[in-house]
Parts: sequence; structure tokens; C-alpha cells
Amino acid sequence: MLLEARNISKSFPGVKALDDVSLQFYPGQVNVILGENGAGKSTLLKILTGVYPQYEGSILLDGKVLRFGSVREAQRAGIAIIHQELNLIPQLTVSENLFLGRELHRELGLLDSTEMNRQTQAVLEKLQLDIAPQTPVRRLKVGEQQLVEIARALLTDAEVILMDEPTSALSDTEIDNLHRIIRDLKADGKTIVYISHKMDELFRIADHYTVLRDGVMVGTGKMEDTTEAELIRLMVGRELKIEAKTLVTQSDEVVMRVKDLDLDHPYVRQRKVLENISFNLKRGEILGIFGLMGAGRTELLETLFGLHPGRSRYRLEIEGTARQFKSPQEAIRQGLAFVTEDRKAEGLILGMDIAANISLPTLSETPMLQPQREKELARSYVDQLAIKTPSERQLCRNLSGGNQQKVVLAKWLSTRPKILFMDEPTRGIDIKAKHELYELMKQLVADGLSILLVSSEIPEILTLSDRILVMAEGRITGDFSVTEADEDHLLKAALPG
Amino acid sequence: MNLTFNNQLLRKSQSLIALFLLCLLIALLSDKFLTTSNLWNVLRQISVNVCIAVGMTLVVLMAGIDLSVGSVLAFSGAICAGLIKFGFAFESLDLFVGFTVLGGILGAMLVGLLLGLFNGWVITRFVVPPFVATLAMLTIARGLTMLYTKGIPISNLGPGLEFIGSGWLLGIPVPVWISLIVVLVFVFISRKTAFGRYIYAIGGNEKAAFLSGININRIKLAVYGLAGMLAAIGGVLVTARLNSAQPNAGMTYELDAIAAVVIGGTSLSGGVGSVTGTVIGAAIIGVLNNGLVLLNVSPFWQQVAKGVVILLAVIIDKMNRKEA
Ligand SMILES: Nc1ncnc2c1ncn2[C@@H]1O[C@H](COP(=O)(O)OP(=O)(O)OP(=O)(O)O)[C@@H](O)[C@H]1O
Ligand SMILES: [Mg+2]
Repeated sequence: MLLEARNISKSFPGVKALDDVSLQFYPGQVNVILGENGAGKSTLLKILTGVYPQYEGSILLDGKVLRFGSVREAQRAGIAIIHQELNLIPQLTVSENLFLGRELHRELGLLDSTEMNRQTQAVLEKLQLDIAPQTPVRRLKVGEQQLVEIARALLTDAEVILMDEPTSALSDTEIDNLHRIIRDLKADGKTIVYISHKMDELFRIADHYTVLRDGVMVGTGKMEDTTEAELIRLMVGRELKIEAKTLVTQSDEVVMRVKDLDLDHPYVRQRKVLENISFNLKRGEILGIFGLMGAGRTELLETLFGLHPGRSRYRLEIEGTARQFKSPQEAIRQGLAFVTEDRKAEGLILGMDIAANISLPTLSETPMLQPQREKELARSYVDQLAIKTPSERQLCRNLSGGNQQKVVLAKWLSTRPKILFMDEPTRGIDIKAKHELYELMKQLVADGLSILLVSSEIPEILTLSDRILVMAEGRITGDFSVTEADEDHLLKAALPG
Repeated sequence: MNLTFNNQLLRKSQSLIALFLLCLLIALLSDKFLTTSNLWNVLRQISVNVCIAVGMTLVVLMAGIDLSVGSVLAFSGAICAGLIKFGFAFESLDLFVGFTVLGGILGAMLVGLLLGLFNGWVITRFVVPPFVATLAMLTIARGLTMLYTKGIPISNLGPGLEFIGSGWLLGIPVPVWISLIVVLVFVFISRKTAFGRYIYAIGGNEKAAFLSGININRIKLAVYGLAGMLAAIGGVLVTARLNSAQPNAGMTYELDAIAAVVIGGTSLSGGVGSVTGTVIGAAIIGVLNNGLVLLNVSPFWQQVAKGVVILLAVIIDKMNRKEA
């Protein structure tokens, strides 16, 4: 079906999110929307799916004007959406989440769990996701949860599927998988709308593009008629010079020494999530950690940050002193910081404003709040990281996804750590901000910061790291210096078995 | 520009407007309402609920609940009375300690604090849901009250305590002074201190707060302890007012406190709300009760009216929160 937006405008207090946007999404094609963080992409998708029933302009489906008062109405019209943020209910199983609100019934109104599990199994297989339909969602990793969100949209048999950054939490293998499925959907004549900040995947999957800047449409056309540089110019409004990697000279001083780290499985006895992990982190070094989903990268960072004191064993030295952290508080006191993966669940207090979120880890320095200092600190990061917001007292809930991610980064940078853990730090960040962050990281590292960087993006890890550890099934399976590492090496080492 | 501020201001001014309209309505229907003595009366009557509800606000902001405050009030009230009247005897040591009025009050506050800390300890150490932990304390503390008083009121506590309950200071009733101080202290704590910020953070997203290095258990312990202590202050006020500690004092007071918190715009799911909102909530309940009495409405209808107000408050609040 042809989905069309005509003269759509939408304002929030202090922000004009969309300004007279008109565009068309064609059936049998992947229509991509590009734009910087806060350009209005998600807002547009939310209007198209009834999340925001109030807007100016009109939506047309196959030429017929529709006005969705709720998400349900949009669903009934055949429009499904995968939201940018995860929206699963942690306590429910995968299958229960997939069928939430449209459960299948048998006679007498009883739930037909057999059939729901069967369909769940089928769609999970299609996504090559190896988990049981009865697994509670809270046990899944962020990337797996993202795939479950995708499965939910696939199950609805919608004619139009809107995907808001579906790949931000996925690694290349899963992205390829998703692309395969999208090609099938395309062949069935479905209309796909796609948002992503990953330029390389767009040229593989997209047919048609639209660029938004500050809520205004600044360009649209066929992907084959454009180039990456052209798209970036449209998004950013100027040329963006992507700088080649400059090798930083690092000292030989080891700031963190990890030896024989083991982490037990939380539910299965005798099984280990991490086994025999040892490595050193030097001052001024960016140590990349690469691996496929489920390799144990996040768990490694969590364990070192004091999140699993009960089921982990390790020897840890920070600047030559032996340490064991029983809580994040202790880790933070010793100069560690942890940019977590899931900004909504772990990174931010969405109901608090930007300044309050940024200052949270450093509040304990004084018993009294210091609003002025807090505001200035936030102001400096809002400028430095280009967080798009009307004020530093804006609630984080009202920020766009990428800008929320920047607040998480700001929060941890503001602790002035000695050792910074980053778990997929550029998730959802636009290309310009990403390169600015890379520059900032290089600068911080030159000033003596050490970074442990987990990333599923191979180019990112290759650009930034001085050394790269590869993990598979809870063990270290590769250790490369930047000069010897390339994509093939990393992938080969990351494969289990 | 300043969105959060405006939003909160709007929400608060809404409950203020509601309070004002309620006062106006009652004043039109009854000419006794706007007399000085009646207004002081209203303030004195709400002072107990204000003390308890302030503590409840902190608990609810943290996405918790404290059902034990009514019983804790009764027990600490009884302790206050008992200490003042009988003192404290260690029979085995042949030791007797007598208590002044101030000593009795401090003893009661200590007992309230300890009971609250026990709540917090059970909740944090054994991960018992606050609803269950404080429900248990509701019966435990009531039982302790019965044991301590043997089911009989402890009366005739002397002029010192009576002054706390019925006296005036600089033209203002003493209970009103006390609740005013409580409110000022806790408005300050909740707005200006790191501790206050942590309470909001835990209610907003406990996991993110923990990852930011906040010692969640210690904050929870402190908040439940404070809620117990504030209930004890309420207990002292009730005992002082009657010049007698009743074993069944404070029954269902937890419900009035929760009602004040909710009417005042604090969300039961935590993270959003304010102490000042709660004070307005307590005032709305107090004025409503007073008005219905002045208008000779049956006490049964008063209960119905209170329930309706709670519903209205929450529904209006929900509608306001829906954005876009
Ligand atoms: N509920 C809201 N209240 C106030 N402002 C909002 C709200 N939702 C979005 N905005 C603002 O509208 C603008 C557009 O946001 P939107 O989420 O559409 O951006 P986006 O293009 O999806 O960005 P990203 O790439 O970071 O996901 C932003 O400036 C954002 O701060
Ligand atoms: Mg978005």
C-alpha cells in the first residue's frame, strides 16, 4: 500500500519537531528516513501509527485520508511499528509479549498457548534466534530483545512496517538476517519504512530516501542516484570530514589488571557465563572488545563494575592495588565509569531532567544540591555533545533517542573517570555526533583516560581501538593489535567452537 | 522555556485551585467556616495527618508504601505516655528511670524510628515487597500497643504534654507549629539535598540509580526510618491532644496519609510528586471533613465523599499527564 504524509506539522513545548513535511512511502520498497538526532524521524513515525493523534496535515493510505486516534486503529489499517526504544514487558515470556493484546483463543475463551508458542517458534526461527518461546524477556540481552520486537511486527501481517532504528542494537550477522527478511517482505509487496544511522547498511537495503533536518524535509530521491557524502551533506548541512585514525602514543603503565575471571550462570548450576578471562588495560589505551551477541561482553563489564558480586571470582588490580567491587558505588569511587547499553532501562531516569541525570553519580560529593553548578555542568555537555534540547532542565523523556544516549555519555564523562567502560556507546547517535564523540574519546585518551570499548560495529572498533580482544561463549578467543586486526580476523575469532 | 518547572507549577496550582474552590463552596454554605477559631481548628486537626503524610510522601516517591504508620503512631504514642507517667524500670537491676515530657517525646520518636528502620531492613535485606513488610508491621505494632497498654488508655499525663496538644504559642496552636516545622524541614530535604534527589531517582528508575552509584539500601532504610519517626511525632500529637494514649489510636490513619499523598499529585509508581503537594492534599481532606461536619452531613457520607475526592484527584492527574 502507498503511504503518504501531506503537510504534516507537529510541535512540542519549545520545539517544532516537524514543519510541513510531505512525502510518500512506496510499496515493495525500503523507504529510509535520514536525519540528525532530533531531526523529527521518530516523531513522524509516531504520527503515522497513531501514537500522537494530534498533528496538522493528513495521512493517506492508498489515496484515502485516514486519521488514527490510537495505535490500535493504525494496526487495524495494517500499519505496524518497531519502536526505537524497547517496549517489552520483562516479566512475560517471549510468546506472551509477541501476542500481547491480540492473544489467540480456543473455544470458551481459553488462551491457545500451544498455537501461540508454535507461531512464536516459527517467527523466531525465521529470525534465526535461538531462544525458547517460554523464555521470560528479562533474561534476554538487549540485541535479542530487539529481535523480539521485530518478530512482533512480523507476526501482525501488516502491509506497512515502520522500523525505527531496528539495527542499533544488532551486530552484523543479525543485521544480515534482518535484511534477508526485509527482502522477502519487499518481494511480497509490503511497504517498509526504515530509520538507521548506519550508512553502510542503508546502501545495501534501501531503495528510496528522505532526509529531514530540524523537522523540515530537505531532500528525497532514489538511493541509486545519491552518494554517502551527498546524504551526509543534506543531513548535517555541510561537508563532514571523517578523519583517519591517528595513533595515540600510550604509556606502558597498566591501570587495570584482570586475572582469572569467572562468572557463574544465574539460573543453571555448574554453567559459566564467563571463564578464565585475563587481560591488562594500559593508561591511555582504548581496548576494544568484539564478539557476537551472547559472547559475554556486557557481562564482563558488569562483573568488573561490581554488579555480580555473588557469582563471580576474579583478581583485579586498579593502578597496582588489589580490588573487589561489591557494588557500582565502590567501582565509581575508584575511578570507574560505565556507559551502559540500554539507555531506557539502565542509563537514564527518564522522568528527571538532563542536568539532574548528568549530576547523579557526582552528587555524593556534597550533601547539598548545587543547582548552579549542576546547570553549568549540563550546559557544557549540552554544547560539547550537541544535545538538541530547548533547555538543560528538559525532561529526558522528551528527548529523541540519540540525544538521550548523549546524556548517558555526558553523565559518565562528568565523573572524570580514570577507566571508562563503554557498551555500544554510539547506539542511535547520528553520524556527525559519532565522529565528534570519536574525537572527544581520542582527546580524553591522550589526557590519560583508559577505555574498555564494547561495540558490535566493526568499523567503529577498528577505528578506535589500540588493541582488540575477541570473545566467544564467555572466553577470550583472540587478541589483536590494531595493525594486525581486520574484519576477517575478528569475525573468525568471534565464531563459537 | 522551563518546561518541568511550568508543568509542576501547573499541577500544584491545580490542587491549590481545587482547595480554594472547596473553601469557597463551604464558606458559601456555612457561615461558621470562615471564623478564625474554626480555621485554627482545621489546621490543628490536619497537623497529625500532615506529619504522617510527609513521611508517606518520601516512601511513595521511592515507589514504596508504608501501611504501618497508624499502628506505629499508636505504639509510640503509648510509649510517650507510659514513659512520662510511669518511667522506665529495669526490675532485675533494681533501676528506675523517670522521664520528663521532652524525654518521653524523644523516647517515642526513637521507638518510631526503630520500627521504621525495621521495616526498611526487612524490605532491603530480604527483598520483601513494602506492601507486605509494612502490613506485617501494622499488626505487630498494634499488638505491641495492646501489650504495653494492656488494652487500657494511659491518661492524665500532666500539663506539659497537654501544652503540646492544646497550647498556643505566639498566637498559633502548638501542633500547627510542629507540623509546620516538619513540613519546612522535609521540603528542604526533598528539594535541596542529595538525599532528596536520590529518593526521586530511586522511584524514577531504581536500576539506573543503582548503576549511578547510589546506595539504594541505605536510602530506603533511612526513608522508612524517617516515616516511622514522623508517625511517632503524629503519635505524640494525638496523645497530647487527648492527654491520654488510646490503644486503638491511629486506626486507618495510613489511608488518610496515602490519600493526602495521592491527592497532592504524587504518583504511586514513584519518582514524581512533592511534599508541598501532599500538604495541599492533606488540607483538602481536612477542609472537606470540616465542611461536612459543619453542614451536618452524616459521617457515613463523609467517607463516601473522601473516596470520591481521591478518585477525582487521580483521574484529573492522569488526564493532565497524557501528553500530545
Ligand atoms: N514528547 C516530547 N516532548 C517534547 N519534545 C519532544 C517530545 N518528543 C520529541 N520531542 C522533540 O522533538 C524533536 C524530534 O524528536 P524525534 O524523536 O522525532 O527525533 P529523531 O529524529 O527520531 O532523533 P533520533 O535520531 O535521536 O532518534 C526533538 O528535538 C525532541 O527533543
Ligand atoms: Mg528517533
